[in-house]
Amino acid sequence: MHDHDHDHAPITSDGEPPAAVRARALERLLVRRGVVSAEDVREGIDWLVSRTPADGARLVARAWIDPEFRLRLLADARAAALETGLDPGSAPVVVAVENTPEVHHMVVCTLCSCYPRALLGPPPAWYKSLAYRSRAVSDPRGVLAEFGLELPAHVELRVLDSTADVRYLVIPARPPGTEGMSEDELAALVTRDSMIGVAQPVAPAAASA
Amino acid sequence: MTYAPGDRVRVSARSHQGHHRTPGYLKGRTGRVERVRGSFTDPETSAYGGDGRPERRLYLVGFAQTELWPGYPGAATDRLLADVFEHWLEPA
Repeated sequence: MHDHDHDHAPITSDGEPPAAVRARALERLLVRRGVVSAEDVREGIDWLVSRTPADGARLVARAWIDPEFRLRLLADARAAALETGLDPGSAPVVVAVENTPEVHHMVVCTLCSCYPRALLGPPPAWYKSLAYRSRAVSDPRGVLAEFGLELPAHVELRVLDSTADVRYLVIPARPPGTEGMSEDELAALVTRDSMIGVAQPVAPAAASA
Repeated sequence: MTYAPGDRVRVSARSHQGHHRTPGYLKGRTGRVERVRGSFTDPETSAYGGDGRPERRLYLVGFAQTELWPGYPGAATDRLLADVFEHWLEPA
């Protein structure tokens, strides 16, 4: 447990991380000043955690089977989400980009952690890490390889740094061997990481050969 | 100065005290306008309680990765795309 020999106070796990302490102090202050209510904060958290990658996956699966919807999603992802009954959230612009055999997109926010939360839920911890945020721009193919995705040299890699008001959703390429699958079955293949562009969906292993 | 898709632009290399949305690794770099995103409130004032007016025009700008990073290990066609506000762009 504590196997080095210098003296310091025990580091306990029940102390809150400094960022959490700061956030709580800020919240208390905002509530006291009447800027937000505790109820607003709770509702905001409820909304955020109610969103999951399954929401974005529905859009992708529909785009795979419905060419007209695919065009609408690429033209205006916000409107396409609304059309399917999804709340696209507060970001003014949501842009869907499509991975093809020639072009692969991956998304990062080097400045903070901008992410299409309304369509994918809260971002994974690694998305917010300094390591991903710096290396996704300077060595994106190396990062993809670490995620298990070896991108062939002939594929153009486009890294999208969401620096401002636009949120990006990647439409991964539909994997071969999924012909005849239903929209729900296809949606189950679309992972969060594939909609960030660090993975590719794969068809379920062929049923017992 | 406004820009159109295809225009060559350079990201201003100036430093800026306080909140801004122009990543340091793009400052001074030259790229090409890919799309005009529209106009949005200015984060440099809205971050400090201002109303963010006047709105600033935002562009999607594409950069060749090989020009951003010496010894970039990927393919020559790889690109970096970022949304940059107009007042951070100069004609190139």
